[in-house]
Parts: sequence; structure tokens; C-alpha cells
Amino acid sequence: MSERKLRILVGKPGLDGHDRGAKIIARAFRDAGFEVIYTGLHQTPDQIVSAAIQEDVDCIGLSILSGAHNTLLPRVCQLLKEKKAEDIILFCGGVIPEDDIPGLKAAGIKEVFTPGASTDQIVTWVKNNIIPR
Amino acid sequence: MALAERILDGDIRAAARLMRNIDDNLPSSRGELQELYSHTGRAFLIGVTGPPGAGKSTLVDQITAAYRKQGKRVGVVAIDPTSPFTGGAILGDRIRMNRHAEDEGVFIRSLATRGHMGGLSRSTADVANVMDAMGMDVVIIETVGVGQDEVDIVRLAHTTLVVMVPGMGDDIQAIKAGILEIGDLFVVNKADRDGADKTARELNLMLEMNRYAPGAWRPPVLRTEAQRNVGVEELVGKMDEHHRWLLESGEINQLLQEKNTSLFQTLLKERLFAEVYGGVARSGKLSEILEGMLSREQDPYSAVEQILAERLSP
Ligand code: B12
Ligand SMILES: Nc1nc2c(ncn2[C@@H]2O[C@H](COP(=O)(O)OP(=O)(O)OP(=O)(O)O)[C@@H](O)[C@H]2O)c(=O)[nH]1
Ligand SMILES: [Mg+2]
Repeated sequence: MSERKLRILVGKPGLDGHDRGAKIIARAFRDAGFEVIYTGLHQTPDQIVSAAIQEDVDCIGLSILSGAHNTLLPRVCQLLKEKKAEDIILFCGGVIPEDDIPGLKAAGIKEVFTPGASTDQIVTWVKNNIIPR
Repeated sequence: MALAERILDGDIRAAARLMRNIDDNLPSSRGELQELYSHTGRAFLIGVTGPPGAGKSTLVDQITAAYRKQGKRVGVVAIDPTSPFTGGAILGDRIRMNRHAEDEGVFIRSLATRGHMGGLSRSTADVANVMDAMGMDVVIIETVGVGQDEVDIVRLAHTTLVVMVPGMGDDIQAIKAGILEIGDLFVVNKADRDGADKTARELNLMLEMNRYAPGAWRPPVLRTEAQRNVGVEELVGKMDEHHRWLLESGEINQLLQEKNTSLFQTLLKERLFAEVYGGVARSGKLSEILEGMLSREQDPYSAVEQILAERLSP
């Protein structure tokens, strides 16, 4: 009996201390049957990418409410490319202005969830868009 | 190139992928493990167990740092429970170890129990083997930490560390049956809190009641403050001392004998069951037996005997 289990890394990059959203999302993913590697607060992009590679996750979900998304998130994308791990899908959530979303998507962030997004909506997106390898 | 070959070449992604294939029980992982086996057996395996929140992960982080200072490469396998209701898990041990994430001499892997009992996942021994083959000098395994019947770790590690916290006197009484036998070292962590001395004394007292043959290992009781990195150097010194004692006393042979027996038994059990049960289920025989049992015309005892006779007769 063998079946691929979906593995997700959930973390918070930068100095942002708002972790309520990230914890709620981590729990929702667990309840959806995924294995969540929760790395907690204050992660550098390098730490996030190394952890994602060691844990062999299918995707990374980052939570940012500090306003630093335009620098931190593209950096994670770039590092994934440098480490030949661009098959790991990156998506995010938090306080992110509408106007910034197209730029983030162009940088390689697959989806952006803002306050008010329901956990059902987020879990459904993951199920539809991430196929465990 | 096959994963095993890439792993021996130092490819981190290949190692991470094989660990996942092992965890997901893909048949291909067995071939890869066969390839790697002759490259294993070099790492010093340390087990860390103890009740939830005792500070196991924080301690593992500090032990990792101490071995890194000695220039040793360190692998960490950290196990957390799978939710029995959803099959999902939140693996949070890494939170305490993030500072090592970028260090190429450290490889950390989180595993979920996926229904396996005994404090480890089914895959733990094999994942530790992959780290061994990667050239890790030390592999630290953090168990789930239910505190009781975590005996599996003893069959896997060379040295088992039991982490306690002050004020656990009564708990020690309650769980002593298992816990005193499994520890090669006992640590009273959070020694900054009241009662650390008392807990250490009680532990020592209970250990005194065991009889130690001359030359036998008497588990020491140490105090640490993992958070502030107090007492960790000494702890690492004691762990190394235990490892040396294993080698010099020849006790290591007995340990490896038990460890290998247990590994082989587990493998054989798993494969035999999958093979035989799978066959019985596929042939439709299983539903026949179950129907028979329902009407009491077929008893399960003779059904099993019959299957065994059919499958195992030459
Ligand atoms: C609660 C709160 C706090 C709490 C945080 C408690 C905690 N441990 O989380 C406290 C009081 C500590 C706090 C402090 C500060 N805060 Co504050 N805080 C808020 C507040 C009111 C709500 C945040 C929250 O918890 N929401 C509930 C959760 C569930 O929602 P969420 O995180 O947005 O998550 C949802 C989605 O965004 C998405 N999502 C989020 N993460 C992820 C991740 C993934 C993978 C996915 C898929 C989805 C996803 O899904 C969730 C469900 O819908 C917001 C305002 C707001 N309305 O957002 C300000 C806000 C975030 N804070 C703000 C600021 C400025 C601060 C401070 C700097 C204030 C100060 N000067 O001291 C400090 C900084 C603290 C720090 N160290 O970083 C600003 C940020 C401004 C900006 N981005 O430009 C905000 C936007 C308020 C404002 N309008 O000015 N804050
Ligand atoms: N006061 C004090 N707190 C500590 C010490 N060591 C660890 N802690 C804290 O204890 C809490 C639990 O630590 P962990 O290392 O996560 O404990 P754990 O045993 O790995 O926990 P689980 O994996 O959840 O069973 C954290 O908040 C640590 O910061 C210590 O020496 N003193
Ligand atoms: Mg832990």
C-alpha cells in the first residue's frame, strides 16, 4: 500500500510577528490531511528554501503581514531557481495590496490570498493546484 | 541516475526524495536502500525521548551545535504525531532548529507517525540509514514524546537520552516501569526551574534500585537548560562516553545483534504480510473467509493455517 502524501511548508519570512493567520492555515492544512512542516517566525528566504528542500515538500505557503512581500517573496522564488528546486510551488497570504499581486505573480508566486479568504477556499485551491510528486 | 547513486554523490534533493519514497512506502525505495546498505553503519545514532514540551527539540538543536563545533556532520530525524482523525500532521520540531537550516553539515527531516505506535514512524530506521549513507557522523532521532512505551527508539539508537523536567516526581513514579529501562542517560532539562535538584535526586534514587554488574553502564543523571545552552557540553561528553563504553566493553555487539534482529523481523513481517494478505484479498478468498466467519461455518484459525500451508509448502 503506497500513496503520496501532500507535504507543505508553512512559514513566516522576515521580521513579521503576526502569526495568527499562519497558524490557522497550518491547522486547516492538517485537517485536510496534509503534512505541514511549520517553521515558525522570522525565517530568512535561505532558511525557507533549505528547509523546503530537506523536507521534500510539494509547495511552500508563506504568510506576510508586514508589508515586506515585494522583496522577500521574489527572493524565495529566485533561490528556488538557483537551487534547481523551482518544481516546489510557492504561494502566499497576508496583508498584500491588490496592486502588488500582478507583480508577485509575474515573479513566480502561484497564488496570493488576502484577509477574508476562507480556509475552505485555500484548501480547495491547494487540492486543485498541487499534485504530490 | 538512480537515487542511491546520486545520494552517494552528495545530492541533497535525491536524499530528500528517497526519504519521501520510503515514507510513502514506494516499492522502488527498497532497491535504493539495498544499494545504500553497504555504505551505512558508520553514524553514531542518538535517541532523544521524553514527555511533550520537555525541551527535546531545543536540546537537539544545542547538541547539533555542539557536534558542529567538533566538525561533525549531523542528521536529525524529528517525529511528530499524525492526527488519527484526518491523517494530517503539523510537524513543528524544526521551529527550534532553524538556525541550522543553511548549514550544509546539517540535514533535518520531520516525519509524521502515520498511525505507527511506539514513538517512531515506520520509516524512521530507513530514513536514519539514508542519513548514515549521506555521511552524517551523528544522527539524532527525536521521538514523538508520549513518554510511555517508547521502546522502539532503544532498538534503533546506540545511545538513548531521556529528557525530563523538574517537578515530575509523581510522573516518574507512574511511568518508571518503561522509562528507567530505556535511558542510557537522563536529563533534567529546564534546570532553571524550581525542583530540578529534587527531580534529579529522585531519579538517581530509582536508578540506585537497579543492580549493576561490574563494568556495566550506570546511567548518569544530568541537568541542562537547553534554552540557554547550559550543561550541553557535559551532556555531549557523557553521550560520547557511553558510545566509547559500548565499543570498548563489547556491548556494541549485543546491541547490534538486537538491532539487526529487530530490523530484519520488522521487514520480514511487513513484506510477508503484504504479500500473503494481498494475495488472499485479490483472489477473493478473503471475502469467502469473512462470510464464513459471519455464519460461523469457517473459523479464522484454520483459515490462517490453510493459507500458510498453501503458501509456504515447498
Ligand atoms: C492582530 C494584529 C496584530 C497582533 C498580532 C498577534 C499575532 N500573534 O498574530 C499584534 C497586536 C501583536 C500586532 C502587532 C503589530 N502590528 Co498588527 N495587526 C493585527 C491585525 C489587526 C489582524 C491580523 C490578524 O491576526 N488577522 C487574522 C488572521 C487570521 O488573518 P490573516 O493573517 O490576514 O490571514 C488570512 C489571510 O491573509 C490569509 N493568509 C495569511 N497568511 C497566509 C499564509 C498562507 C500560506 C495562505 C495560503 C493564506 C494566508 O488567510 C487567512 C485567512 O483568511 C492586522 C489588521 C488586519 N485587519 O489584518 C494588523 C496589521 C497586520 N498590523 C500592522 C502593524 C503595523 C503592526 C505593528 C507594526 C504595530 C506597531 N507599530 O507596533 C506590530 C508589529 C508586530 C510584529 N512583531 O510584527 C499593520 C501592518 C501594515 C502593513 N502591512 O503595511 C496591520 C495591517 C494594521 C494596519 N492596518 O495598519 N498586530
Ligand atoms: N525555562 C526553560 N524553558 C525551556 C528550556 N528548554 C526548552 N524550553 C522551552 O520549552 C518549550 C518546549 O520546548 P521544545 O524543545 O519544543 O520541547 P519538545 O520536548 O521538543 O516538545 P514536543 O516536541 O512538542 O514534545 C519551548 O517553549 C522552549 O523554549 C529550559 O532549559 N528552560
Ligand atoms: Mg519537539
